[in-house]
Amino acid sequence: MSDARVLILDYGMGNLRSVEKALEHVGARAAIGSDPDEVRSADGLILPGVGAFPRAMERIRATGLDRLIAERAAAGTPILGICLGLQLLFERSEELGGAAGLGLLPGAVTRLEAPGLKVPNIGWAPVRWERESPLVAGIPSETPFYLVHSFVARPAAADRLGTAEYGERFACAAERGNVFGVQFHPEKSSAAGLALLANFAGICAKAPAAA
Amino acid sequence: MPLKRVIPCLDVDAGRVVKGTNFVGLRDAGDPVELAERYDAEGADELVFLDITASHERRETIVELARRTADNVFIPFTIGGGIRSVEDAQAVLDAGADKVSVNSAALERPELLTELADQFGSQCVVIAIDAKRDADDPPSASPACAAPAGWFGGTWGVYVKGGRERVPGRDAVSWAREAVERGAGEVLLTSMDRDGTNDGYDLELTRAVAEAVPVPVIASGGAGELSHLSEAITAGGADAVLCASIFHYGRHTVAEAKERLAADGIPVRR
Repeated sequence: MSDARVLILDYGMGNLRSVEKALEHVGARAAIGSDPDEVRSADGLILPGVGAFPRAMERIRATGLDRLIAERAAAGTPILGICLGLQLLFERSEELGGAAGLGLLPGAVTRLEAPGLKVPNIGWAPVRWERESPLVAGIPSETPFYLVHSFVARPAAADRLGTAEYGERFACAAERGNVFGVQFHPEKSSAAGLALLANFAGICAKAPAAA
Repeated sequence: MPLKRVIPCLDVDAGRVVKGTNFVGLRDAGDPVELAERYDAEGADELVFLDITASHERRETIVELARRTADNVFIPFTIGGGIRSVEDAQAVLDAGADKVSVNSAALERPELLTELADQFGSQCVVIAIDAKRDADDPPSASPACAAPAGWFGGTWGVYVKGGRERVPGRDAVSWAREAVERGAGEVLLTSMDRDGTNDGYDLELTRAVAEAVPVPVIASGGAGELSHLSEAITAGGADAVLCASIFHYGRHTVAEAKERLAADGIPVRR
């Protein structure tokens, strides 16, 4: 249980409800929103997302969430990107002609290199932790998580938190300071995913007090 | 490669599980959500709900089912039955479902598959096919028995209305191929010959479809022993196995199914 208040950022893309219910399931206080006061008062932020990168960035900019997210990241608020939300944290993506991202994590998002395999990659894959992190504390390396994706982020080596194998060994979790991202869906990854979300809520509870 | 999946299937009528269950300790054995939680805890990789409600409130009942499932179960799940339009699909996906499965609605109007894929992506769209071996084409004695030269394993008709009505001019393999070309991202393939028999999946049918499409195939119909699950993947080429009665009646748990698959050298989530 943690008293952290986690806000799931709503910019009109993706299924936010499952993330909210999974957080509630592990005892976190979760809400969905994008109002600046709500964003500033949250102990932690989750950036979800399903769909195409360029359209998601358009919507994030149109709602002013890009500046708010940058502000909170600088203030030390823990931020967790999920699936497309992870990709948006990076500098740019080549999807659909390319677009700039939020730039909180150095690196680009490119197509999954899986010659001869079906893309999108859909299903459960064992995830190997590349280092220790409070986000994955208590979750054994090579625990399977559920993925649905065609693109992958290419983080700096120091930011690679987890990798999985599909044609290539790719980064599926990244961490830099208070900024976290996972390509898999913790809200659909059963007990392991719930454990990761509980860890994130715990990180939020310990983070510097929100504005 | 992604891990091979074990998928319990729940038939639901007006919000209640149709087939009886022998689980001990359930508060309400007819509640699909409680059963789904149980399967999640046992290690099920996904769930499929097939709604057979025949009433005007059908959409409301499947949306409510999707919402209650998403509130309590944290693995991917598919809703089938009663999805006839993009609006129907939107309602259950918004409620928290991960995929929709379509069957007769896609046979009546194949463009539906493209509309769904354009709107939600192919990964959300499952084509469910009920297949039955054509009568003039008897099955070979055993899967191990070599087929005679020039004989390629037979043909299977496509059926609707629970296997009672054959769809004219359709065969299962070419329909699977067409459905995938139109946008389906996965094939849920049920052998109506084997469904309910406990004799094992139709491996020739499964193999024929798995070789014809570039997307995952879920084998369904006939699982009675755990060895049948392994066969569907190794001999049938399936990416996932759908099971109903083998789990519902408490003959085996999902965990036992996973153990057996792993013992047979098949990579699964445990």
